[in-house]
Amino acid sequence: MAQLKVLVVDDEPGIRSGVSRILRSFHVTYPFMDEDYTYEVLEAATGEEGISIIDREMPDILLLDNKLPGIQGVEVLEYVRKKNYDIVVAMITSYASLDVALKAHNDGAIDFIPKPFTPQELKISIEQITKQQYLRRITHKLKVEGRKVRFQFLSVLSHELKAPLNAIEGYLRMMQERQMGDSISDYASAIDRSLQRIDSMRNLIMDLLDFTKVSFERQVDKLQDVKLKDLVSMAVGTVSPYAIHKDIRFVTNVRGCETIWADPNDFEIILNNLVSNAVKYNRKGGVVTINIDCNDNEFILSVEDTGIGMNDEECGMLFEEFSRIKNDKTRNISGSGLGLSIVKKVVKLYNGVINVESVPDRGSVFTVIIPKIQVTNIKAEL
Amino acid sequence: MSSKVYTVLLADDDPDYLFQVAYHLRKSGYEVMAVESQAEAEQVMARTKPDIAVFDLMMESDDSGFILCYKLKRKYPDVPVILATAVTRETGITFGLNSGQDREWIRADLYLEKGIRPEQLDQAIRKLLKI
Repeated sequence: MAQLKVLVVDDEPGIRSGVSRILRSFHVTYPFMDEDYTYEVLEAATGEEGISIIDREMPDILLLDNKLPGIQGVEVLEYVRKKNYDIVVAMITSYASLDVALKAHNDGAIDFIPKPFTPQELKISIEQITKQQYLRRITHKLKVEGRKVRFQFLSVLSHELKAPLNAIEGYLRMMQERQMGDSISDYASAIDRSLQRIDSMRNLIMDLLDFTKVSFERQVDKLQDVKLKDLVSMAVGTVSPYAIHKDIRFVTNVRGCETIWADPNDFEIILNNLVSNAVKYNRKGGVVTINIDCNDNEFILSVEDTGIGMNDEECGMLFEEFSRIKNDKTRNISGSGLGLSIVKKVVKLYNGVINVESVPDRGSVFTVIIPKIQVTNIKAEL
Repeated sequence: MSSKVYTVLLADDDPDYLFQVAYHLRKSGYEVMAVESQAEAEQVMARTKPDIAVFDLMMESDDSGFILCYKLKRKYPDVPVILATAVTRETGITFGLNSGQDREWIRADLYLEKGIRPEQLDQAIRKLLKI
C-alpha cells in the first residue's frame, strides 16, 4: 500500500472537505503497479497557502482552483513548473475560459475537473492522474537506471582498454631507460608480452563492435533463411589455424532443421564465439562437437568441447560482461570477457536461451535453444 | 636504504603490471613476493609476514583488495598496506562502501592511483616503512 499526497487549493471549504471525504476511502489499483495507492488529502484556501504547503509537504497531486482570492491558480501552476517539482496538476474550475485552459495546459496541467463534480468524476480523474504519475516516475527511474548501467559498462570498458596500454607503456619505458640491459635480446619477453597485449586489445575492440551491433535495433529486412551448416563451416574455418596448432578435431552433426529464419550476422556471432571458445579452452588433441537439431517447437544448437571445464560458481558468472574465469588453467588464454555476454544478448533477441553444462577438466557443453515461433523483440535490451 | 632487506607482498592480476612493478621494486632493493590473485596472496600471508603489502583492488572479485587489507590487518596489525587502484580515477567512484561497518574494516594506509611512476611507489613505501 502506497500513499499519495493530494493538495486541494480551493477557497470553497465545501469543495475541500468534499475532496477529503471522497478520497479518504478511495484506492487505485493498476496491473503494472506493485501496490495499491491510497490518498492523504491536504487543504489550502489560497494560492499563497498552497505554495507554502507545496514547499513543505511536496504533494504528488495538486487539485487547483483557478479563481482564488489572492494569486490565481495559474500562478501556482507556474510556480510548480518553474521549481520543476514532480507534481501532477489538475485544474478544478467552474468556468474554464479557453485562455485559462490553454495557459494551464501549456504550464503542465494535465486534467480539468469541472465544478461542481460528482464523487465518481473526481475518482475517475484521480485514477487517471495516479496512473500517469506512476508511469512518469517509472519511466524516469528506468532512464536513470539505464544511464547507470551504461556508465558502469563504460567505466569497466575504459579499465579494460587502459590496462594493456599501461602494460605496454611500462615495457617501453623499461626499454627507453635500458633498465634490463643494452641489448635488444634483453627485452625479448617484454616485446612478446607487449605484442600479446596488443593482440588481446584488438580482440576486445572487435568484440566491442559486435556488442554495439547487437545492442541496436533489429533490422527486420536482414532476416532470411540462414543455412546453419554454412555458418558452422565458416566459424570452423576462422578458428582452424589455432585448432591445427592445438591438434583439435571438429565433428559436426546436422540432425534436422538446416535453416533458420534469422539475420545471418547474428548467428555468425553466436557460432564464432562458441566455436572459438571451444577451441581456446580445449586441451591439446581435443574434440569440438557441433550439433544442430530441432524438435516441433525449438531449434537446438550445441557446441561441446573436451577442455578445462568450469565449476558451478564459474558457470554462474560466465555470461556477465567482462567476466573472465581467472585460474591457472586460463592464465595464458586471452579474451575480452565480452564474447559470451554478446552471445547471450543475440540469443535473447530471438527469445532463446543459452545454457552451459560443465565438468572441470572434462569439458563444457553450450546449448542454444531458440523457439521456432519468435516474437522478435524490437529492441535488444542494453 | 638501511642494510635490512624489506619484503613487499605485491598482488595484482595483470601479469605485466605485476612483473613491471616487481622488477622496479627488486631493483630498488626490496625482496618481492609477487602474486597474481587474492587466493595466492592469502596463501603467502598465512605463512609469511611481509614488511609491507601492495594490493590491487579488483582481482578475482571487485573487492579482492579490500578483503586482503582486512585479512592482513587482522593477522598483522602493524604491517602497512597500500591499495593501488585505477578505479577511482576512471569511474569517479570514491570507495562506495555501503555501510559504516564496511568502512570500519577497510583500513589501507594509503590509496594509490595505478600507473604512478616506480619512484613514487618507492617513495610511498619508504614513508610507510619510515626508512
